[in-house]
Amino acid sequence: MTEPAIEVEGLSLSIRGSALLREVSFRVDRCDTWSVLGPNGAGKSTLLRCLMRIHAGWTGQVRLFGRPLGEYSQRELARRVAYVPQPGGDQRFPYTVREFVRMGRYAYSGLFGAAHPEDGKAIDAAMDQANVAMFADRTLDTLSGGERQKVFIAAALAQGGDLLLLDEPTAFLDYKHQAEVSRILQSINQQSGTTIVTVTHDVNVAILSGGHALALRDATVAWKGPAAGLMSEDLLSRIFDATFRFIDDPGTGLRLVAPQGAQE
Amino acid sequence: MKRSGLLALFFLGSIGVLVCAPFVGAGSMPLSAVFHPDPDNAASMIFWEIRLPRACLAWVAGAGLAAAGMVFQAMFRNPLATPFTLGVSSGASLGAALAVRLGLGSAFMGFSGVTVGAMVGALLAIGVVYGLTSLKRDCSTGTMLLAGVAVNFFFSSLILLVQYTADYYDAFRILRWLMGGLQMVGFDAPLRILPFVAGGATLLAVLVGELNLLTTGEELAASRGVAVGRVKTVFFFAVSVMVGVIVSICGPVGFVGLMCPHICRLLVGADHRRLLPATLLFGGAFLVGCDTVARSLFAPTELPVGIFTSFLGGPFFLWLLLRPPKGGSLSA
Repeated sequence: MTEPAIEVEGLSLSIRGSALLREVSFRVDRCDTWSVLGPNGAGKSTLLRCLMRIHAGWTGQVRLFGRPLGEYSQRELARRVAYVPQPGGDQRFPYTVREFVRMGRYAYSGLFGAAHPEDGKAIDAAMDQANVAMFADRTLDTLSGGERQKVFIAAALAQGGDLLLLDEPTAFLDYKHQAEVSRILQSINQQSGTTIVTVTHDVNVAILSGGHALALRDATVAWKGPAAGLMSEDLLSRIFDATFRFIDDPGTGLRLVAPQGAQE
Repeated sequence: MKRSGLLALFFLGSIGVLVCAPFVGAGSMPLSAVFHPDPDNAASMIFWEIRLPRACLAWVAGAGLAAAGMVFQAMFRNPLATPFTLGVSSGASLGAALAVRLGLGSAFMGFSGVTVGAMVGALLAIGVVYGLTSLKRDCSTGTMLLAGVAVNFFFSSLILLVQYTADYYDAFRILRWLMGGLQMVGFDAPLRILPFVAGGATLLAVLVGELNLLTTGEELAASRGVAVGRVKTVFFFAVSVMVGVIVSICGPVGFVGLMCPHICRLLVGADHRRLLPATLLFGGAFLVGCDTVARSLFAPTELPVGIFTSFLGGPFFLWLLLRPPKGGSLSA
């Protein structure tokens, strides 16, 4: 039980001659929360997709829970690792929330889509944890962006894995839903010990989550370590090509950043 | 209404349409003629040898075409994806037209040359579409649909070429067949396509979970544990064979695969555990209904059913395209 959740060694991926990832290495211990930071196009989402085996053709070594990624079947992988894609992707089929969350149990289903005995319990628990039980019977297309994002998280939780990968989970959400999603993720991490890796471009999200950070720039690792270590003007401007001001938040005692402008 | 009750209603309605359709038509159909099959009684023969087999053929073909449309819509996540938009039916048509032109009438493993030609054509079409997209390493909806449209145009021109070079008799046979029709005598035709439609439906029932997840997008499906590439290949080939066989017997009856899954989705929701049986039942009843109307509308002249379904399908297609995107169903 001591193997880390993720071990990545020299991960590289290029598609049609352009390098999307170059020699990326990092290691995520179990129960940790990590933020993957970086400017647009740095390779953050690509990294998650490699871990989820959506992208093929990468080189390097990737181990999840001590086992090489290539040895997992797609179903086995889905029972350990869940993925929440960027919000705003279109969902045009009018599934109800419960039906959609139920699909998270695919990796446990039998012949003819037969239900697993634990399905009902897992679906209810996931909907409670993500706070979507009250609209279980509404269809996805009638929900707001924030409500829908919580449904996606519920479906990922229903998969019952111990590693959760999220791509910009709070992008496009209003303040209330940003706060709610962050609170849900925190409680998942603390109550179930789920390892959480979140892609974000917002440094404050990484700082407030209190975990570790992996900063990517130009398809390679620019910095990694405890998130509080990001708070240096040199480092941030090197990663983001922008200038920042620092603001001390008396409420949390943390130092946050405000963007100031593009770097000359 | 509770949705499981709705499915029972679908079942009863579908069987009801199938049973009632043979009673519609010129002359009265006395019940005694139906319950006492008698080779010397004209009414009895019309019922048992002509109208009932024809209704059964329409039912099985309609169910298969509707299910094929449902699968393509799920795979491409696009309401306009059907065996027709992807070039599968035009491939099947080309194969069948070539078989007619070259006079490949002889049976092959119990199938006529036209059936084999249509199956090969359907597989070829989907193979080309699939090959083009994997060549581009891009399985997105847009690429697939564009490839389908290109294949469609190309095969349609080849069909015209085959027709142009044929003599009047063959050209007319091809043209007539292209209109789609169900005028068969006896239970031969429905029994020939039944195993393929039943097999296809069983396979789809095994893979309902995969169908559901594919509609949420390939990335999400993969993250939930679906071996996307393998599952898509299975669907492509199973559905192509099914469509090929149906088209070889009934001609390219259009728009059944477009309309039926949509109407069913509005009624029972998007979950394929309910949508699959609903689509099969509704598709079957729909084509039986269309055929009954087509053969009685201008009686004693019979319209080919393909003309009638296309007549309904064109406006439906436009409605899908133009209607406001809100409201619990797919938007184009």
